[in-house]
Amino acid sequence: MARAASLQRRTATTAAGWIVGFLIFFPILWMVLTSFKTELEAFSTPPKFLFFHWTLENFGIVQERSNYLRFAANSIILSLGSTLLGLLFAVPAAWAMAFAPGKRTKDLLLWMLSTKMMPPVGALIPIYLLFKNTGLLDTRGGLIAVEFLINLPIIVWMLFTYFKEIPGEILEAARMDGASLWKEIVYVLTPMAIPGIASTLLLNVILAWNEAFWTLNLTTTNAAPLTAFIASYSSPEGLFWAKLSAASTMAIAPILILGWFSQRQLVRGLTFGAVK
Amino acid sequence: MTGRIVLRGVNKTFGEHVIIPSIDLEIEAGQFVVFVGPSGCGKSTLLRLIAGLEDTTAGKIEIDGVDVSNLPPAKRGLSMVFQSYALYPHMSVRGNIGFGLKMAGMPKEAIRQKVEKAASVLNLTNYLDRKPRQLSGGQRQRVAIGRAIVREPKAFLFDEPLSNLDAALRVQMRLEIAQLHESLTTTMIYVTHDQIEAMTLADKIVVLNSGNIEQAGSPLELYHHPVNLFVAGFIGSPKMNFFAAQVRAAGAAGVTVALPGGREITVPVTAGNLRPGDKVTLGARPEHLMPAADGEILGQVAVAERLGGETYLYIRVAGQPLVVAQAAGNDTTRVHDQVTLRIEPETCHLFDTEGRALPHLVRHPLAEMRPTAPQTQPAQHAR
Repeated sequence: MARAASLQRRTATTAAGWIVGFLIFFPILWMVLTSFKTELEAFSTPPKFLFFHWTLENFGIVQERSNYLRFAANSIILSLGSTLLGLLFAVPAAWAMAFAPGKRTKDLLLWMLSTKMMPPVGALIPIYLLFKNTGLLDTRGGLIAVEFLINLPIIVWMLFTYFKEIPGEILEAARMDGASLWKEIVYVLTPMAIPGIASTLLLNVILAWNEAFWTLNLTTTNAAPLTAFIASYSSPEGLFWAKLSAASTMAIAPILILGWFSQRQLVRGLTFGAVK
Repeated sequence: MTGRIVLRGVNKTFGEHVIIPSIDLEIEAGQFVVFVGPSGCGKSTLLRLIAGLEDTTAGKIEIDGVDVSNLPPAKRGLSMVFQSYALYPHMSVRGNIGFGLKMAGMPKEAIRQKVEKAASVLNLTNYLDRKPRQLSGGQRQRVAIGRAIVREPKAFLFDEPLSNLDAALRVQMRLEIAQLHESLTTTMIYVTHDQIEAMTLADKIVVLNSGNIEQAGSPLELYHHPVNLFVAGFIGSPKMNFFAAQVRAAGAAGVTVALPGGREITVPVTAGNLRPGDKVTLGARPEHLMPAADGEILGQVAVAERLGGETYLYIRVAGQPLVVAQAAGNDTTRVHDQVTLRIEPETCHLFDTEGRALPHLVRHPLAEMRPTAPQTQPAQHAR
């Protein structure tokens, strides 16, 4: 018999959930609120929660001082570019692994995933020197290449798990119906895998957007995305809480909104192989 | 008429694992052939080799005289109905049925007409715009059949199509498939592990075991004249009873054997190389064992299965696994009763020490029977 949760117990659990959620969200909430305060009120004691003089001046100053839109454009170009490039390579790879696996396929998959376990700082110097010598430092192309290679294992793995969900018999039926390999992929496989491809796309855009290590080390001005933008605000000149909060809010807002709208896809993508 | 399929020396090996050693088989145009056998016997593999979904390791497959061994499935002119239906989930019923025609490049109007005709034959007209997930199991099966029919293939391949259906639906779909064959007269190759489907649908049954053909013939031929223990035990439900017996005499009138318990019975089979003292196996089907006063086999009833129309008695006999006898529906024997069973010698089978059957002196009259009466006028089917 299913365990019936009493109303009491359910209320208590829900309340606890909300409290924990609020606690985790609080730093971000505080940051967003601070971005609407004046500098003076930003570090006043006792700290004011909601009843302060709301102002938009910080956002204006931030945009004036450092071109927010340029950084945002770079973030979009880098994350979309690397993810689409990743999909281009990963779809055929995942197809081969899911529908025509060889003896070494499982080993190959695990090896790809294991490359993500290495601390990136171990490869920093060689990559930096490579980029310096080939003139790729501070270029969007160079960063796209790095982010593409970093996330490729994840894209391949996610697509592989989605493709494995597609019953092989349906593709065989397409073959019996006279479809060539190309038509099989276009008319049957891709339409069935679109939810999976969409989840993969979303998750990897977010991962690429948040990639701070390589973007901070390999860019200065031209290719710098929003991660560099935030970092540039923590200067030793002095702490400008309100402006820093405004800059941070502007930096994470796009990705927060994207994440909000694609929550379900993200959860599905992240918990995949975990429960069959 | 098209649809003659010939297999010569077909071998399928995966690495070191030999699934099918070597198969020679001829399927006449328009025949309904059933591949039957236990799990792992290679029947599905054989079907997939014919379909082109697997490549042969050696051997030739010919369809209407053309060697198709190196052709992909798309070029062989065959249609397949899968066990799990394998419908395209993102397409409507209309899209599913018409997909093959679309792949063949047929104009849209022609596709629409053919799809609607197939749908009306299969009672799917009201469901044409639904997606597969909105259909019941039986409807999905019909869509799968419709998708196969509409391409007018040289032969239909069925891979255990009824396994996923409940019992009542299975009986109904079996009838529909039989009627489909009757009206289309196309070659059909059907794979199943259910010997009842094999007996009821087939013109020819091919019994497979570990990749080898044990016997191929009409259903009644396999039923009345199985060539070995395997076929004898596989065809017929409940299974044939086997008794260890010893030859007492062998002559022109048949072979006399001693049953467990001492009684003797003369079975009208060709004696071959048998000599008195040889160990043989006596086979008797449940419907040929009758509870009777002076029977040759003595035992105690362990289980009585009463189906209403008939009764199956499971009898414990000394030194034997349970013996099954079929009694009348209104038989009153109860569990724990002592019974004696009478065997009719003409209905028995004898198998030598290698399990091979000794040929009967007289063939059963129905063993050579053709299942369909010849038609008095040609079928009204434009092809």
